[in-house]
Amino acid sequence: MGNTGHGETFLFWVGSIISILGALGLIFSKKIVHAALCLCTVMLCLAFFYMAQGAVFLGVVQIVVYTGAVMMLFLFVLMLIGIESQDSLVETIRGQRWLAVPFVLAFGFVLIGVYAHANLPEFVGTDAANAKGGGNVQSLALLLFSRYFWAFEVSSAVLITSATGAMVLTHRERTVPRKSQREISIERFERWGKGEKVSLTGLPNPGVYAQHNAVDTPALLPDGSPSEASVNATLRGRDTVRGFRPLPLPGARRNGAAVASRGDAGNEEVSQ
Amino acid sequence: MHAVYPLVLGALLFAIGLYGVLARRNAIAVLMAIELLLNAVTLNLVSFSAILRDRYGMGQIFTLFIITIAAAETGLGLAIVLLVYRQRATADLGEQRALAEPVEPVTADELSPRNVEAEVAR
Repeated sequence: MGNTGHGETFLFWVGSIISILGALGLIFSKKIVHAALCLCTVMLCLAFFYMAQGAVFLGVVQIVVYTGAVMMLFLFVLMLIGIESQDSLVETIRGQRWLAVPFVLAFGFVLIGVYAHANLPEFVGTDAANAKGGGNVQSLALLLFSRYFWAFEVSSAVLITSATGAMVLTHRERTVPRKSQREISIERFERWGKGEKVSLTGLPNPGVYAQHNAVDTPALLPDGSPSEASVNATLRGRDTVRGFRPLPLPGARRNGAAVASRGDAGNEEVSQ
Repeated sequence: MHAVYPLVLGALLFAIGLYGVLARRNAIAVLMAIELLLNAVTLNLVSFSAILRDRYGMGQIFTLFIITIAAAETGLGLAIVLLVYRQRATADLGEQRALAEPVEPVTADELSPRNVEAEVAR
Protein backbone atom coordinates (compact mmCIF):
# COMPACT_ATOMS: atom_id res chain seq x y z
CA MET A 1 0.00 0.00 0.00
CA GLY A 2 2.65 2.49 1.04
CA ASN A 3 1.19 5.87 0.33
CA THR A 4 -2.57 6.11 0.42
CA GLY A 5 -4.10 5.74 -2.97
CA HIS A 6 -7.35 6.98 -4.44
CA GLY A 7 -9.26 3.89 -3.44
CA GLU A 8 -8.31 4.33 0.17
CA THR A 9 -9.27 7.99 0.11
CA PHE A 10 -12.66 7.04 -1.30
CA LEU A 11 -13.08 4.39 1.40
CA PHE A 12 -12.20 6.97 4.01
CA TRP A 13 -14.77 9.48 2.80
CA VAL A 14 -17.56 6.93 2.56
CA GLY A 15 -16.67 5.43 5.94
CA SER A 16 -16.34 8.77 7.67
CA ILE A 17 -19.77 9.89 6.46
CA ILE A 18 -21.32 6.61 7.61
CA SER A 19 -19.61 6.78 10.98
CA ILE A 20 -20.67 10.40 11.58
CA LEU A 21 -24.25 9.47 10.71
CA GLY A 22 -24.00 6.49 13.07
CA ALA A 23 -22.69 8.67 15.87
CA LEU A 24 -25.54 11.15 15.33
CA GLY A 25 -27.97 8.24 15.39
CA LEU A 26 -26.44 7.12 18.68
CA ILE A 27 -27.29 10.37 20.42
CA PHE A 28 -30.59 11.16 18.70
CA SER A 29 -32.38 7.83 18.40
CA LYS A 30 -35.21 7.34 20.84
CA LYS A 31 -34.91 3.59 21.27
CA ILE A 32 -31.78 2.35 22.97
CA VAL A 33 -31.56 -0.68 20.69
CA HIS A 34 -31.29 1.58 17.65
CA ALA A 35 -28.58 3.54 19.41
CA ALA A 36 -26.67 0.33 20.06
CA LEU A 37 -26.90 -0.68 16.40
CA CYS A 38 -25.69 2.80 15.35
CA LEU A 39 -22.70 2.41 17.66
CA CYS A 40 -22.00 -0.97 16.05
CA THR A 41 -21.91 0.77 12.66
CA VAL A 42 -19.41 3.35 13.91
CA MET A 43 -17.16 0.65 15.35
CA LEU A 44 -17.23 -1.39 12.14
CA CYS A 45 -16.30 1.71 10.11
CA LEU A 46 -13.39 2.41 12.45
CA ALA A 47 -12.26 -1.20 12.10
CA PHE A 48 -12.19 -0.75 8.31
CA PHE A 49 -10.10 2.40 8.75
CA TYR A 50 -7.61 0.59 10.94
CA MET A 51 -7.24 -2.18 8.40
CA ALA A 52 -6.86 0.34 5.58
CA GLN A 53 -4.14 2.13 7.53
CA GLY A 54 -2.21 -1.10 7.88
CA ALA A 55 -3.12 -1.79 11.52
CA VAL A 56 -4.65 -5.13 10.65
CA PHE A 57 -4.44 -6.67 14.09
CA LEU A 58 -6.17 -3.67 15.66
CA GLY A 59 -8.93 -3.85 13.09
CA VAL A 60 -9.59 -7.50 13.95
CA VAL A 61 -9.45 -6.74 17.68
CA GLN A 62 -11.85 -3.87 17.17
CA ILE A 63 -14.37 -6.12 15.45
CA VAL A 64 -13.94 -9.09 17.79
CA VAL A 65 -13.71 -7.30 21.12
CA TYR A 66 -15.76 -4.17 20.56
CA THR A 67 -18.44 -5.14 18.09
CA GLY A 68 -18.47 -8.77 19.08
CA ALA A 69 -18.13 -8.75 22.84
CA VAL A 70 -18.76 -5.30 24.28
CA MET A 71 -21.75 -4.42 22.11
CA MET A 72 -23.31 -7.84 22.66
CA LEU A 73 -22.88 -7.27 26.39
CA PHE A 74 -24.77 -4.01 25.94
CA LEU A 75 -27.53 -5.82 24.08
CA PHE A 76 -27.76 -8.53 26.76
CA VAL A 77 -28.23 -5.94 29.48
CA LEU A 78 -30.73 -4.11 27.26
CA MET A 79 -32.76 -7.28 27.01
CA LEU A 80 -32.66 -7.71 30.79
CA ILE A 81 -33.79 -4.15 31.35
CA GLY A 82 -36.41 -4.27 28.63
CA ILE A 83 -35.78 -4.06 24.92
CA GLU A 84 -38.57 -1.52 24.58
CA SER A 85 -36.88 0.92 26.93
CA GLN A 86 -36.94 4.41 25.54
CA ASP A 87 -35.07 7.51 26.43
CA SER A 88 -36.83 10.80 26.64
CA LEU A 89 -34.99 13.35 24.55
CA VAL A 90 -36.40 16.25 26.51
CA GLU A 91 -33.66 18.59 27.59
CA THR A 92 -32.41 18.08 31.11
CA ILE A 93 -31.07 21.61 31.33
CA ARG A 94 -33.20 24.32 29.80
CA GLY A 95 -31.72 25.75 26.61
CA GLN A 96 -29.16 22.97 26.49
CA ARG A 97 -29.15 22.68 22.70
CA TRP A 98 -28.79 26.42 22.18
CA LEU A 99 -26.01 26.50 24.75
CA ALA A 100 -24.30 23.71 22.87
CA VAL A 101 -24.05 25.80 19.68
CA PRO A 102 -21.48 28.40 20.95
CA PHE A 103 -19.48 25.62 22.57
CA VAL A 104 -19.41 23.69 19.30
CA LEU A 105 -18.28 26.82 17.46
CA ALA A 106 -15.55 27.50 20.02
CA PHE A 107 -14.40 23.91 19.84
CA GLY A 108 -14.34 24.10 16.06
CA PHE A 109 -12.23 27.24 16.12
CA VAL A 110 -9.77 25.67 18.57
CA LEU A 111 -9.62 22.59 16.37
CA ILE A 112 -9.00 24.61 13.22
CA GLY A 113 -6.34 26.65 15.01
CA VAL A 114 -4.51 23.62 16.30
CA TYR A 115 -4.62 21.63 13.09
CA ALA A 116 -3.74 24.64 10.95
CA HIS A 117 -0.59 25.20 12.95
CA ALA A 118 0.36 21.55 13.03
CA ASN A 119 2.85 20.53 10.40
CA LEU A 120 1.16 17.38 9.21
CA PRO A 121 2.65 15.37 6.38
CA GLU A 122 0.88 13.52 3.61
CA PHE A 123 -0.88 10.50 5.02
CA VAL A 124 0.93 7.20 4.88
CA GLY A 125 -0.08 3.84 6.25
CA THR A 126 1.76 1.93 8.93
CA ASP A 127 3.36 -0.35 6.39
CA ALA A 128 6.85 1.07 6.81
CA ALA A 129 6.69 0.55 10.56
CA ASN A 130 5.23 -2.91 10.06
CA ALA A 131 7.98 -3.91 7.69
CA LYS A 132 10.61 -2.91 10.24
CA GLY A 133 9.32 -5.42 12.80
CA GLY A 134 8.54 -8.09 10.21
CA GLY A 135 4.77 -7.69 10.05
CA ASN A 136 2.01 -5.95 11.94
CA VAL A 137 1.37 -8.66 14.53
CA GLN A 138 5.07 -9.36 15.03
CA SER A 139 5.98 -5.72 15.64
CA LEU A 140 3.05 -5.32 18.04
CA ALA A 141 4.02 -8.47 19.93
CA LEU A 142 7.64 -7.33 20.13
CA LEU A 143 6.57 -4.09 21.80
CA LEU A 144 3.88 -5.69 23.97
CA PHE A 145 6.13 -8.30 25.47
CA SER A 146 9.21 -6.16 25.90
CA ARG A 147 8.66 -2.49 26.57
CA TYR A 148 5.03 -2.68 27.69
CA PHE A 149 5.25 -5.99 29.52
CA TRP A 150 4.45 -4.48 32.90
CA ALA A 151 1.43 -2.59 31.54
CA PHE A 152 0.28 -5.83 29.90
CA GLU A 153 0.37 -7.65 33.24
CA VAL A 154 -1.39 -4.81 35.03
CA SER A 155 -4.15 -4.70 32.41
CA SER A 156 -4.74 -8.42 32.89
CA ALA A 157 -5.10 -7.76 36.63
CA VAL A 158 -7.60 -5.00 35.83
CA LEU A 159 -9.62 -7.39 33.67
CA ILE A 160 -9.71 -10.05 36.38
CA THR A 161 -10.73 -7.50 38.98
CA SER A 162 -13.52 -6.11 36.85
CA ALA A 163 -14.85 -9.58 36.05
CA THR A 164 -14.87 -10.44 39.77
CA GLY A 165 -16.49 -7.10 40.56
CA ALA A 166 -19.22 -7.62 38.00
CA MET A 167 -19.97 -11.06 39.43
CA VAL A 168 -20.05 -9.76 42.99
CA LEU A 169 -22.33 -6.89 42.01
CA THR A 170 -24.89 -8.98 40.16
CA HIS A 171 -24.87 -11.98 42.51
CA ARG A 172 -27.93 -12.50 44.64
CA GLU A 173 -27.71 -14.68 47.71
CA ARG A 174 -30.81 -16.74 48.46
CA THR A 175 -31.70 -16.17 52.11
CA VAL A 176 -34.42 -18.80 52.40
CA PRO A 177 -34.19 -22.28 50.91
CA ARG A 178 -36.06 -22.81 47.70
CA LYS A 179 -39.51 -24.38 48.08
CA SER A 180 -39.96 -27.81 46.62
CA GLN A 181 -42.86 -28.69 44.37
CA ARG A 182 -44.44 -30.69 47.18
CA GLU A 183 -44.33 -27.74 49.60
CA ILE A 184 -45.79 -25.39 47.01
CA SER A 185 -48.61 -27.84 46.35
CA ILE A 186 -49.41 -28.26 50.06
CA GLU A 187 -49.41 -24.49 50.50
CA ARG A 188 -51.75 -24.09 47.56
CA PHE A 189 -54.25 -26.59 48.99
CA GLU A 190 -54.07 -24.86 52.38
CA ARG A 191 -54.92 -21.54 50.76
CA TRP A 192 -57.77 -23.20 48.90
CA GLY A 193 -59.01 -24.67 52.17
CA LYS A 194 -59.18 -21.19 53.67
CA GLY A 195 -61.51 -20.16 50.90
CA GLU A 196 -59.11 -18.29 48.58
CA LYS A 197 -59.64 -18.51 44.85
CA VAL A 198 -56.70 -20.59 43.71
CA SER A 199 -56.60 -22.93 40.77
CA LEU A 200 -55.64 -26.24 42.30
CA THR A 201 -54.72 -27.96 39.08
CA GLY A 202 -52.11 -25.44 38.09
CA LEU A 203 -52.40 -22.89 35.34
CA PRO A 204 -53.05 -23.82 31.72
CA ASN A 205 -50.23 -23.66 29.21
CA PRO A 206 -49.98 -20.67 26.90
CA GLY A 207 -51.56 -21.11 23.53
CA VAL A 208 -48.41 -22.04 21.69
CA TYR A 209 -49.38 -23.67 18.40
CA ALA A 210 -53.02 -22.84 19.01
CA GLN A 211 -52.77 -19.84 16.75
CA HIS A 212 -49.32 -18.36 17.07
CA ASN A 213 -45.94 -19.67 18.07
CA ALA A 214 -45.31 -17.31 20.98
CA VAL A 215 -45.73 -17.36 24.75
CA ASP A 216 -47.82 -14.22 24.79
CA THR A 217 -50.60 -15.98 22.92
CA PRO A 218 -53.49 -16.96 25.17
CA ALA A 219 -54.74 -20.51 25.09
CA LEU A 220 -58.26 -21.04 23.82
CA LEU A 221 -60.97 -22.51 25.99
CA PRO A 222 -63.28 -25.15 24.53
CA ASP A 223 -65.81 -22.47 23.62
CA GLY A 224 -63.19 -20.55 21.64
CA SER A 225 -62.61 -17.69 24.08
CA PRO A 226 -59.07 -16.88 25.28
CA SER A 227 -58.06 -18.04 28.74
CA GLU A 228 -56.60 -15.23 30.76
CA ALA A 229 -54.79 -17.49 33.19
CA SER A 230 -52.78 -19.10 30.40
CA VAL A 231 -50.57 -16.07 29.88
CA ASN A 232 -47.80 -15.05 32.23
CA ALA A 233 -48.92 -12.53 34.84
CA THR A 234 -46.05 -10.22 33.91
CA LEU A 235 -47.18 -10.07 30.31
CA ARG A 236 -50.76 -9.47 31.45
CA GLY A 237 -49.57 -6.69 33.72
CA ARG A 238 -47.65 -5.05 30.90
CA ASP A 239 -50.74 -5.42 28.72
CA THR A 240 -48.72 -7.05 25.96
CA VAL A 241 -50.92 -10.11 25.49
CA ARG A 242 -51.24 -10.89 21.83
CA GLY A 243 -54.70 -10.52 20.41
CA PHE A 244 -56.25 -13.58 18.83
CA ARG A 245 -58.39 -14.12 15.81
CA PRO A 246 -61.39 -16.28 16.70
CA LEU A 247 -61.34 -19.64 15.05
CA PRO A 248 -64.40 -20.55 13.02
CA LEU A 249 -65.72 -23.25 15.27
CA PRO A 250 -68.78 -25.04 13.97
CA GLY A 251 -71.87 -24.37 16.04
CA ALA A 252 -70.22 -21.86 18.33
CA ARG A 253 -72.27 -18.71 18.38
CA ARG A 254 -70.05 -16.28 20.31
CA ASN A 255 -67.14 -16.63 17.92
CA GLY A 256 -68.39 -14.13 15.43
CA ALA A 257 -68.60 -11.25 17.87
CA ALA A 258 -65.36 -11.84 19.70
CA VAL A 259 -62.78 -9.95 17.71
CA ALA A 260 -60.28 -9.38 20.44
CA SER A 261 -57.64 -6.76 20.25
CA ARG A 262 -54.47 -6.69 22.33
CA GLY A 263 -56.11 -5.34 25.44
CA ASP A 264 -59.32 -7.31 25.26
CA ALA A 265 -57.72 -10.69 24.87
CA GLY A 266 -57.14 -11.31 28.55
CA ASN A 267 -60.15 -9.57 30.01
CA GLU A 268 -62.69 -12.33 29.81
CA GLU A 269 -63.51 -14.33 32.88
CA VAL A 270 -61.72 -17.60 33.34
CA SER A 271 -64.42 -20.22 33.19
CA GLN A 272 -62.96 -23.64 33.47
CA MET B 1 -5.24 12.23 1.33
CA HIS B 2 -4.05 14.76 3.83
CA ALA B 3 -3.33 13.54 7.32
CA VAL B 4 -5.69 16.04 8.90
CA TYR B 5 -8.89 14.31 7.84
CA PRO B 6 -8.72 11.29 10.17
CA LEU B 7 -7.86 13.62 13.04
CA VAL B 8 -10.85 15.83 12.24
CA LEU B 9 -13.07 12.75 12.08
CA GLY B 10 -11.79 11.66 15.49
CA ALA B 11 -12.48 15.10 16.92
CA LEU B 12 -16.01 15.13 15.47
CA LEU B 13 -16.79 11.69 16.89
CA PHE B 14 -15.42 12.79 20.25
CA ALA B 15 -17.60 15.92 20.25
CA ILE B 16 -20.71 13.93 19.35
CA GLY B 17 -19.94 11.38 22.05
CA LEU B 18 -19.43 14.15 24.61
CA TYR B 19 -22.82 15.60 23.76
CA GLY B 20 -24.31 12.12 24.14
CA VAL B 21 -22.76 11.69 27.59
CA LEU B 22 -24.21 15.01 28.70
CA ALA B 23 -27.62 14.80 27.05
CA ARG B 24 -28.73 11.18 27.26
CA ARG B 25 -30.46 10.10 30.43
CA ASN B 26 -30.66 6.35 30.13
CA ALA B 27 -27.61 4.89 31.86
CA ILE B 28 -26.94 2.41 29.04
CA ALA B 29 -27.03 5.16 26.44
CA VAL B 30 -24.54 7.16 28.50
CA LEU B 31 -22.23 4.14 28.67
CA MET B 32 -22.51 3.74 24.90
CA ALA B 33 -21.62 7.39 24.39
CA ILE B 34 -18.54 6.81 26.56
CA GLU B 35 -17.62 3.93 24.24
CA LEU B 36 -17.91 6.37 21.35
CA LEU B 37 -15.51 8.74 23.14
CA LEU B 38 -12.99 5.93 23.58
CA ASN B 39 -13.36 4.96 19.94
CA ALA B 40 -12.66 8.51 18.81
CA VAL B 41 -9.52 8.54 20.94
CA THR B 42 -8.33 5.23 19.50
CA LEU B 43 -8.92 6.53 15.98
CA ASN B 44 -6.70 9.51 16.79
CA LEU B 45 -4.03 7.25 18.28
CA VAL B 46 -3.92 4.97 15.24
CA SER B 47 -3.85 7.98 12.91
CA PHE B 48 -0.92 9.51 14.74
CA SER B 49 0.81 6.16 14.77
CA ALA B 50 0.43 6.06 10.99
CA ILE B 51 1.46 9.71 10.54
CA LEU B 52 4.59 9.36 12.66
CA ARG B 53 5.37 5.94 11.14
CA ASP B 54 5.09 4.44 14.63
CA ARG B 55 8.30 6.23 15.58
CA TYR B 56 7.62 5.96 19.30
CA GLY B 57 5.96 2.56 19.17
CA MET B 58 2.97 3.79 21.11
CA GLY B 59 -0.15 4.38 19.03
CA GLN B 60 -1.28 0.85 18.33
CA ILE B 61 -0.16 -0.55 21.69
CA PHE B 62 -2.04 2.18 23.53
CA THR B 63 -5.10 1.42 21.43
CA LEU B 64 -4.89 -2.21 22.50
CA PHE B 65 -4.72 -1.20 26.14
CA ILE B 66 -7.62 1.23 25.70
CA ILE B 67 -9.75 -1.55 24.23
CA THR B 68 -8.85 -3.79 27.19
CA ILE B 69 -9.71 -1.14 29.75
CA ALA B 70 -12.91 -0.29 27.88
CA ALA B 71 -14.02 -3.92 28.05
CA ALA B 72 -13.36 -3.99 31.79
CA GLU B 73 -15.14 -0.68 32.28
CA THR B 74 -18.17 -1.81 30.29
CA GLY B 75 -18.49 -5.02 32.29
CA LEU B 76 -18.44 -3.20 35.60
CA GLY B 77 -20.63 -0.33 34.40
CA LEU B 78 -23.30 -2.62 33.04
CA ALA B 79 -23.26 -4.64 36.27
CA ILE B 80 -23.89 -1.43 38.19
CA VAL B 81 -26.70 -0.46 35.80
CA LEU B 82 -28.28 -3.88 36.28
CA LEU B 83 -28.06 -3.53 40.06
CA VAL B 84 -29.64 -0.08 39.96
CA TYR B 85 -32.41 -1.37 37.70
CA ARG B 86 -33.12 -4.26 40.07
CA GLN B 87 -33.42 -2.01 43.07
CA ARG B 88 -35.17 0.99 41.55
CA ALA B 89 -36.91 -0.49 38.47
CA THR B 90 -35.48 2.26 36.29
CA ALA B 91 -32.16 2.95 34.64
CA ASP B 92 -32.92 6.63 34.14
CA LEU B 93 -30.10 8.70 35.55
CA GLY B 94 -32.42 11.62 36.30
CA GLU B 95 -34.47 9.47 38.65
CA GLN B 96 -31.60 8.42 40.90
CA ARG B 97 -32.10 10.87 43.73
CA ALA B 98 -31.60 8.71 46.79
CA LEU B 99 -28.60 10.77 47.86
CA ALA B 100 -30.07 14.15 46.97
CA GLU B 101 -30.98 16.67 49.63
CA PRO B 102 -34.65 16.44 50.55
CA VAL B 103 -36.77 19.26 49.22
CA GLU B 104 -38.68 20.81 52.10
CA PRO B 105 -42.39 20.81 51.37
CA VAL B 106 -44.15 24.15 51.48
CA THR B 107 -46.83 24.02 54.13
CA ALA B 108 -50.32 25.35 53.54
CA ASP B 109 -49.77 27.86 56.32
CA GLU B 110 -46.95 29.56 54.45
CA LEU B 111 -49.07 29.83 51.33
CA SER B 112 -52.03 31.49 53.07
CA PRO B 113 -52.71 35.03 51.77
CA ARG B 114 -52.13 36.65 55.13
CA ASN B 115 -48.63 35.26 55.46
CA VAL B 116 -47.75 36.11 51.89
CA GLU B 117 -48.85 39.70 52.45
CA ALA B 118 -46.78 39.87 55.60
CA GLU B 119 -43.81 38.53 53.64
CA VAL B 120 -44.28 41.18 50.96
CA ALA B 121 -44.66 43.93 53.56
CA ARG B 122 -41.46 42.88 55.22
